[in-house]
Amino acid sequence: MRAAVVVFPGSNCDRDAYHALRDVLGYSVNYVWHAEPDLNGYDLVVLPGGFSYGDYLRPGAIARFAPIMDAVRTFAEHGGQVIGICNGFQILCEAGLLPGALTRNIGLKFICKHVYIRVENNETPFTRLFRKGEVLRLPIAHGDGRYVCDEATLRQLEARRQTLFRYCAPDGSLSEAWNPNGSMQAIAGVANETFNVLGLMPHPERACEALLGSVDGRRILLPATYSTASIR
Amino acid sequence: MTGTGVIVSKGYNWVMPKARVYITLKPTLLDAQGRTIENALHQLGFNGVRSVRVGKYIEIELAPDGDPSVQIEAMCQQLLANPVIEQYRYEVIDE
Repeated sequence: MRAAVVVFPGSNCDRDAYHALRDVLGYSVNYVWHAEPDLNGYDLVVLPGGFSYGDYLRPGAIARFAPIMDAVRTFAEHGGQVIGICNGFQILCEAGLLPGALTRNIGLKFICKHVYIRVENNETPFTRLFRKGEVLRLPIAHGDGRYVCDEATLRQLEARRQTLFRYCAPDGSLSEAWNPNGSMQAIAGVANETFNVLGLMPHPERACEALLGSVDGRRILLPATYSTASIR
Repeated sequence: MTGTGVIVSKGYNWVMPKARVYITLKPTLLDAQGRTIENALHQLGFNGVRSVRVGKYIEIELAPDGDPSVQIEAMCQQLLANPVIEQYRYEVIDE
């Protein structure tokens, strides 16, 4: 299985993603520079976290115009699986590949800690290895992670079960106290209508080894056709 | 070139349009920065403050050809504002 990790100027989780995908999950991985025109031959494309273009104007606002984003769009339109993590999520929203937007955290602080998220829909390529309602522990590290969208979009997201992850308490219950950034409906991750594009603020690539405190991220990074036998 | 916005070349004066673009979060969205500033102002005793909204202000200078409003509108839609969360307005000044 081949994975591409897209590198923008200012990406800073690209190496984490590369390490998790290659050394832990056994993918064949390539970095793909933002100026590249195509993504042919990959099974999974990851847009990593970081501060592409310094977050100037808005996080992801400049990166969405990079040449590689046309390739990401084409890849996704042909059913390819795309995961945007943190800044990658912001870029996918700016590019219109995912609904909504990420705004400044409600407390204005950059939050860097482990949080709990609940699997809301386990019938998707990204969540098929989880139980519905399973609680995962993953790290977040962002200043602009408060997910918002208009009411019509929110209704559609919930009706189609595109909300894949919500921030929650360790026991899986929902409350604003466990919603670190004030996201609407505690949304931590959403998929597109065809469930082949996922964006999430928590970092699964930093939760693939016990040494780092959690291995819950592994199963998010495994696409539907991937054999779990090769996980080390 | 001076700060007057007028380019003098070969004896002709071209007016160089400038635009001022104001971008704010839609009123229906919570503005976390605005809320924090509002609280700070209250703590300083400015009890008359009822609401604070924070936005972006962008100045753009344009070459003196084409319709500046059409160009600025397109810029706002494509890049400067995110229509999902933001609204914008602008003014074009011919100096």
